[in-house]
Amino acid sequence: MPNLVSYSQTPNGRRTLVAAFFVLVMLAWHFGLRVFEVSPLVFPGPVDVAKSLYAGFATGEYWEHLGVTLYEILVGFAIGAAAGFLLGAAIGQSSLLEAVLYPYVVAFQAMPKVAVAPLFVVWFGFGAASKIVITATIVFFPVLANTIVGLRSAPRDQIDLMLAFTASRWQVFRMVRLPQSLPYVFVGLDIGIVLAVIGAIVGEFVGSQSGLGYLILQRNFSLDTPGVFAILVVLSVIGIGLHIAMKTIARKVIFWADSFADLTGA
Amino acid sequence: MTAAAFGFSSINKSFRSKDGGDVIALHNVEFDVRHGEFVTVVGPSGCGKSTLLRILAGLEIPSAGTVSMGGMPVSGPSRDIGVVFQAPVLLPWRTVLQNVLVPAQIQQRDMAGATAKAREYLDMVGLRGFETKYPGELSGGMQQRVGIARALVNDPKVLLMDEPFGALDAMTRETMNLELLRIKERSGTTIMLVTHSIPEAVFLGDRVVVMSPRPGRVTQIVDVDLPKPRPLDIINSDAFGAYVSGIRGNLQAVGGLD
Repeated sequence: MPNLVSYSQTPNGRRTLVAAFFVLVMLAWHFGLRVFEVSPLVFPGPVDVAKSLYAGFATGEYWEHLGVTLYEILVGFAIGAAAGFLLGAAIGQSSLLEAVLYPYVVAFQAMPKVAVAPLFVVWFGFGAASKIVITATIVFFPVLANTIVGLRSAPRDQIDLMLAFTASRWQVFRMVRLPQSLPYVFVGLDIGIVLAVIGAIVGEFVGSQSGLGYLILQRNFSLDTPGVFAILVVLSVIGIGLHIAMKTIARKVIFWADSFADLTGA
Repeated sequence: MTAAAFGFSSINKSFRSKDGGDVIALHNVEFDVRHGEFVTVVGPSGCGKSTLLRILAGLEIPSAGTVSMGGMPVSGPSRDIGVVFQAPVLLPWRTVLQNVLVPAQIQQRDMAGATAKAREYLDMVGLRGFETKYPGELSGGMQQRVGIARALVNDPKVLLMDEPFGALDAMTRETMNLELLRIKERSGTTIMLVTHSIPEAVFLGDRVVVMSPRPGRVTQIVDVDLPKPRPLDIINSDAFGAYVSGIRGNLQAVGGLD
C-alpha cells in the first residue's frame, strides 16, 4: 500500500487513479442495476446511455438542437451580463441610483424566473427570443450584485491617493474602481454562465420546437430514458466547458489577482 | 526671510464623532515651512498629524483657519503636491513603470517626458531594471520606493509623506531613511513627513514639529542643527540623543505620551 500512496502523488499516478475510479463507478452502476433488477425504462445502464449518446451525434440528431441551445445560452448570457454590468456600474457609482433602483432589482430577483417563464413565451414567442430573455434575466442579477460590490472594493487609501494627484471622478473610476472590480465581476460572470444553461433549458421546457430541453421532453414522453440521460450528459459537459472557459478568460484578464481563487472558492 | 513654501495659519479641525459630539482633531496649528526645507511632524497617534497632512493635500477642509501654498490658499488637491501614504497602494495590474506614471497620466502631462522622468526616479530609488515587474513581485520596501518615485514623477514643489516607512521592518526602515535624505539632496523638494518615531523625525528633519493629542496641537518646534549629509551612525551621537530626549521630555510634560 505505501507504494500506491506514493504513486498517487505523481501526476501520472493521479491521472491513473482518477481514471480507475471512473471505471469503478461505471461498473458499479452497470452491475448495480442488474443486481437490484431495475428496469432500464426507469433507470438505464451506462452502456445504453453511451449508445444513445453515440447515436445522437452519429445520426446528426443532436447537432441542430445543440446549436439552438448553445445559441440561446451564449446570447442570453451576453445580454444579461452586459445589462447587469452596466446597471451595476451605475448603481455602484451613485448611492442615489442605488436607493431608487435597487428595491426593484431585488423584487425582480426574488421572483422565481421559472414562474415568469410562461409569460415570456407569451410575449416573445416559441422561438429562441423567449429563451434568450429568460436566460438574460437569470444571468443579470449575479453579475449586477458582484459588479456593485467590486466597484466599492477599492481601498480608501488608493482613492485618496488618486484624488491627491488631482484625479477626477471619472479618472478614479477608470483607473482604479473599474479594474479593481474585475475579480468580483468575474465571480458574477462565472455564476452567470452556469445559470445560463439552466435558463435556456427552463425556457425550452415551457414551450419550444427545438433545443436540447425540447429533445429531453420528447424523449421523456416516449419513455426513452437512456436518451434523456444522454442529453443530461451533454448539458453537463456544456456547463463544465463554459465554466472552464470563463476561468481561463478570468485568469488572463485579472492575472494580477492571486486572490481570485479565494474569491470564487475554486 | 525667504517666502514660505506653505504655511498653516490658525488651523482648527473637528470631526463629528459617532455619538454625536465633536472631536477636536487640530487646535490652532500654526507654522510655516520654507522652500527646500525638510520638516518632520512627530506625535503619538491621535494627535492629528495625519489630518494636518491631509488638509495640506487638499483631501480635508479645515473647520477654521487657512492653509496657503506658494502664497495661494489651498482649496483642494494641487498639481504641485506629491503624496506617499503608509501603504504603497500601487495598482497591481500595472507594471512598476506604469504605476510611477499614474500622476503624469492623471494630469495629462507629456508622456514621453514623464516616462524619461519616471525611469530617472526609479533609478534614483534603486529600482533600475524593475520597470516591467508587477507590484506583486516586489517586497514591501521596494513597493514603497515605487510609491516615492510615483510621488516625484511630476516634480512636485512639495512632497507629503504620511508614515511612509511605518509598515517596514526596522532595518529596511533605516535604509529607506538614508535613501530619502539622499533623494532630498538630489531633488531639492520641500518635504513634510509625518511619523510617530521621534528618532526618525530627528534624523530626517531640518525642523521637527512636535504635536500632542486631545486636542491635537503643536507643542514645540525644534531646529535640528546636525550636519548634512547625515550618516546613519549619527543616531549614536550625544547631540542626536539630546534632541530625541528633549522631544520625548516635551511630549511627556504635555501628557502626549501615555
